[in-house]
Amino acid sequence: MSDRLNVLKTYKLYVGGKFPRSESGRVYEVTTATSATDAAGKGKWLANAPLSSRKDARDAVVAARKAFGGWSGATAYNRGQVLYRVAEMLEGRRSQFVREVAHAEGLSKSKAAEVVEAAIDRWVWYAGWTDKIAQIVGGANPVAGPFFNLSTPEPTGVVTVIAPQESSFLGLVSAIAPVIATGNTAVVVASEKSPLPALSLGEVLATSDVPGGVVNILSGRTREIAVPLASHQDVNAIDLSGADADLARDLEIAAADNLKRVLRPQPVDGDWSADPGTHRLTAFLEMKTVWHPTGTLGASGSAY
Amino acid sequence: MASAFEYAPAPESRSVVDIAPSYGLFIDGEFTDAADGKVFKTVSPSTEEVLSEVARAGAEDVDRAVKAARKAFEKWSALPGAERAKYLFRIARIIQERSRELAVLETLDNGKPIKETRDADLPLVAAHFFYYAGWADKLDHAGYGANPRPLGVAGQVIPWNFPLLMLAWKIAPALATGNTVVLKPAETTPLSALFFADICRQAGLPKGVVNILPGYGDAGAALVEHPDVNKVAFTGSTAVGKAIARQVAGTDKKVTLELGGKGANIVFDDAPIDQAVEGIVTGIFFNQGQVCCAGSRLLVQESIQDELLDSLKRRLSTLRLGDPLDKNTDIGAINSAEQLARITALAETGEAEGAERWSAPCDLPSSGYWFAPTLFTGVTQAHTVARDEIFGPVLSVLSFRTPDEAVAKANNSQYGLSAGIWTEKGSRILAVANKLRAGVVWANTFNKFDPTSPFGGYKESGFGREGGRHGLEAYLDV
Repeated sequence: MSDRLNVLKTYKLYVGGKFPRSESGRVYEVTTATSATDAAGKGKWLANAPLSSRKDARDAVVAARKAFGGWSGATAYNRGQVLYRVAEMLEGRRSQFVREVAHAEGLSKSKAAEVVEAAIDRWVWYAGWTDKIAQIVGGANPVAGPFFNLSTPEPTGVVTVIAPQESSFLGLVSAIAPVIATGNTAVVVASEKSPLPALSLGEVLATSDVPGGVVNILSGRTREIAVPLASHQDVNAIDLSGADADLARDLEIAAADNLKRVLRPQPVDGDWSADPGTHRLTAFLEMKTVWHPTGTLGASGSAY
Repeated sequence: MASAFEYAPAPESRSVVDIAPSYGLFIDGEFTDAADGKVFKTVSPSTEEVLSEVARAGAEDVDRAVKAARKAFEKWSALPGAERAKYLFRIARIIQERSRELAVLETLDNGKPIKETRDADLPLVAAHFFYYAGWADKLDHAGYGANPRPLGVAGQVIPWNFPLLMLAWKIAPALATGNTVVLKPAETTPLSALFFADICRQAGLPKGVVNILPGYGDAGAALVEHPDVNKVAFTGSTAVGKAIARQVAGTDKKVTLELGGKGANIVFDDAPIDQAVEGIVTGIFFNQGQVCCAGSRLLVQESIQDELLDSLKRRLSTLRLGDPLDKNTDIGAINSAEQLARITALAETGEAEGAERWSAPCDLPSSGYWFAPTLFTGVTQAHTVARDEIFGPVLSVLSFRTPDEAVAKANNSQYGLSAGIWTEKGSRILAVANKLRAGVVWANTFNKFDPTSPFGGYKESGFGREGGRHGLEAYLDV
């Protein structure tokens, strides 16, 4: 080992494709949560993460709304390739995330590696869903009349994601990827005590052809950021994964004001490794049904 | 006219592709000679230059390849879908990376314009692999029940008109669902499939999962007949398709056939003429008309026939025929001397039966296989050129007065692969589409393809669908 001193990273937010500090100028101390024998020890200082304010949350909504038109208008194939690109970029930064996840979740290196690999594969899973979900949940409806009748799922809009508190990376990815796979844009509230993997994910997204603003990542006190997002009139939906029971109820009440779509905290296995199914995709879709007359051929008086 | 449209040559560089002087069969991850040592030459249809010498598979080679595929099947089918998916994603990405090289190669071996290989074939090939990659770990959601199983070894025989695209349509869904494959490319266009073997190597695909057997019809027949093949997928002529249907009778082999067509392109009097003309040109002159779903019968409403034909002839006179590697070329070479002879004979039949022939005024190169864009007017439903698939740049023009007559004429065919409808009125599109006995109906567009969209025929155009969720069924034991 050389005596060289490491250069430490200043962890910053990811909003609108840029990496700002909190507009409030506040930070909070993030420490290791580890008990594993080969990790860095418990309670060691890792970083001063931005302590986001309500204003940061509102800025993130503006960025997410601005990005929605382009992202939802991109072809499903294009979105799939972008999500796959995230997996490619993550694979290259695997060791960084293994270290961060080990520190954040108190895991051994090998267990953290499993978590990171599962997270990479989860991006691949959702990359494949972008252009398939419509054939699973949409389709032609055989109405009893001379009409072409087709139902197509569309993204609901800007989705707030309260990321899981314990699973700081696989849980985070499992919540974000389905939201953006279908064309929504996201404002993400990272795990309060373990925000670093989320903030680093922003760096990956920024280099993965994900347009700025499609995913916005905030760190800080979950309640402080989540409450204004849940009551924000330009947010269309909220995933409550990382909210405790009290907060989840408060947020759901606030969300009712403009009838946000709410995904309540779901029962998950402890490490989020199970097959995710499709419910996280469908939670943030609107079904649009188009009617169009079909003319009739033949007898006189027929119409086209 | 021609002088106003003179373009300086803009040839794509051949140097991006390195064609070896000879190629073997690709069996169990290795290139190998044919058991009987036979080879054949593949030529560039635009110059008749020999591009390479390729091993010619025989029955013994088919057996070797099927054995390799069988051996690979156990492990491949047992892989978690997510792992198979990642192999296919790798293949999709490598195709994207090498698409310029593959486009030039395909243009050299097939004769089609670089504009088409670059902008249509290759992007669709990569997209097809990318799409089916995503299905490999989602088969439980495809609507075929929980944990649908693969069939086993798929024997696949593909045509020369879209060599690499047809390979993608066959191999991508087969591998995604856990089958292993033995694929025979057409004898006039073996090279892109052999380059694909190299892509499998780069992707680290396990040996034996994909086997490529260049060869002739005898190898195809041996593959179809092989007792250890569980699935037969064929794209090609209706005559061969019927022969395959007979061959597999009494076996458990699952079969999908994508065969000929005589697509009707119906233009109503309210259609935007210029847009319709472009669609007609795309419909029949894309890939020199060597397209099974080509809009080879133009059905035009009588009241606009003269206006439409004037516009069409004017447009055809501006098409640039020549060097397929030139980026300005619209019409490339016919794929082979045999195909050119077939087209020529059918066109002569058209004249002999009394239809009026018009060909675009263009100079044909002195070497290679060429046929000028041609249309026949005064065609009746009894004429050979209205009934038989020509598989070349020849359009037969018929007229109609009422929508019912258009539908009746459109459906008056042994085939039922594609059709087109041109009208500004949405309800008429849907009413006519409902009555057409065709697997794909394009409205105010033509020859559009997408990996998510199922493609395949009614009637003697074959059965089974390729593309979309629907395309999985052909490779699953459901």
